[in-house]
Amino acid sequence: MPESNEREKAGAPAQSAVARAVKDPVSRRKFMALTGGSAAAAAFLAACGSDSGTTTTTSTAMSGGSSETAQFGKGDIGILNYALTLEYLETAFYADVVKSGLFKGADLATIKKFGEEEAEHVSALTAAVKGLGGKPAPEPKTEFPLESAKSVLELAGTVENLGAAAYLGQAGNITSPEVLASALAIHSVEGRHAAALNTLLGTSITPDGAFAKPATAKEVLKSVEPFIVS
Amino acid sequence: MSHEELANPELAGVEVVQDSGDLSRSDVILKGALAAGAVYGTFMVGPYVRKALAMSGGSDVDILNFALTLEYLESTFYKEAKTRAKASGELKSLIGMLADDEQQHVEALTATIKKLGGKPVAEPKFDFPYSNTAGFLKLAQTFEDTGVSAYNGAGPMIKSKEVLGAAGSIVQVEARHAAAIRLQNKEEPAPEAFDPSLDEAQVLKAVEPFIA
Repeated sequence: MPESNEREKAGAPAQSAVARAVKDPVSRRKFMALTGGSAAAAAFLAACGSDSGTTTTTSTAMSGGSSETAQFGKGDIGILNYALTLEYLETAFYADVVKSGLFKGADLATIKKFGEEEAEHVSALTAAVKGLGGKPAPEPKTEFPLESAKSVLELAGTVENLGAAAYLGQAGNITSPEVLASALAIHSVEGRHAAALNTLLGTSITPDGAFAKPATAKEVLKSVEPFIVS
Repeated sequence: MSHEELANPELAGVEVVQDSGDLSRSDVILKGALAAGAVYGTFMVGPYVRKALAMSGGSDVDILNFALTLEYLESTFYKEAKTRAKASGELKSLIGMLADDEQQHVEALTATIKKLGGKPVAEPKFDFPYSNTAGFLKLAQTFEDTGVSAYNGAGPMIKSKEVLGAAGSIVQVEARHAAAIRLQNKEEPAPEAFDPSLDEAQVLKAVEPFIA
């Protein structure tokens, strides 16, 4: 192929000017602007016919850069640790729900299954952080209001929809194609969970319409703050 | 797929055999699932991704056109299903919504390809072999799951961050569709912790039988 993939270059040892540019998030954005990245953005935003609200959210998420996950580590490690924190939260939530005794039968089976999948995400993300030479984020202490089956399902729906939006918000910030492939494989599973819970709740499976909206790390962390004790 | 199987690094090599013979559609999808399952071992997905990159190495316009073909398929499928699937009630409204979403994906991809200076592919003619609601639902599940895997497989090859964001916002909707259709089929909405990814050749092989 005449034109190599910049993501591949970013992970390659050869340090061409382009590879260096795409490795550095700031230069990378400049590079994208030079090579038509901004034209592509305009194209998609126009193509989607999004309302101004969508446009704002999308551009915020896109331009936020990986710096918004800097508190979790640098670059891909920070993004993975941010995701890991969310997956810890989801895993703990489902474990608490199973213990609460609020669900039986098919609903309980679904909750258990989703919880197991979140636990697998925790393991995979932990391994990925270690693989990149980083230190996995610690498991947060959590507390969830578990009053009734209905309120728990609503909370589950909120958490899963938020989780899917969180992954979507980070996709463009990821440098390594391997990390991106892993994040995408998890992202769509979070989308599946969200749609299944929305179905149980009798709400729309696609609350954002035909194009799912991303969420910034700032938005997501603020939403989950009430459930993190320490 | 068990925990142990996922952690097996050998899985990363499974997809290598994809071109070796006359695999059935379900075989092809299974190979993709195994390859993606290898993601479980830290970066075992690496060889798979690199192989996919080496195999197609298309431009973003090529990838968008590939996605457009799939969206044409889904859009036509649901449009026809409004009358052909013999659905009622909840399923009928679901079909209407799915048809609308897929049509919007077709329009967005077409416009994006044009704005990037590319030429959108022509809409193929399709032939969907089913005669009742159950047959429709079975095909719908295959198409939605394949769609998710196709976007997930193409994602790491996308060069523009903005096109990647766009593809991401579509794939999440496809995953939501897949879950809803699976629930209609009384199947697990999210059968695996990691959605498999398929490369272009695998996807084309999966949809080929429906292109007239």
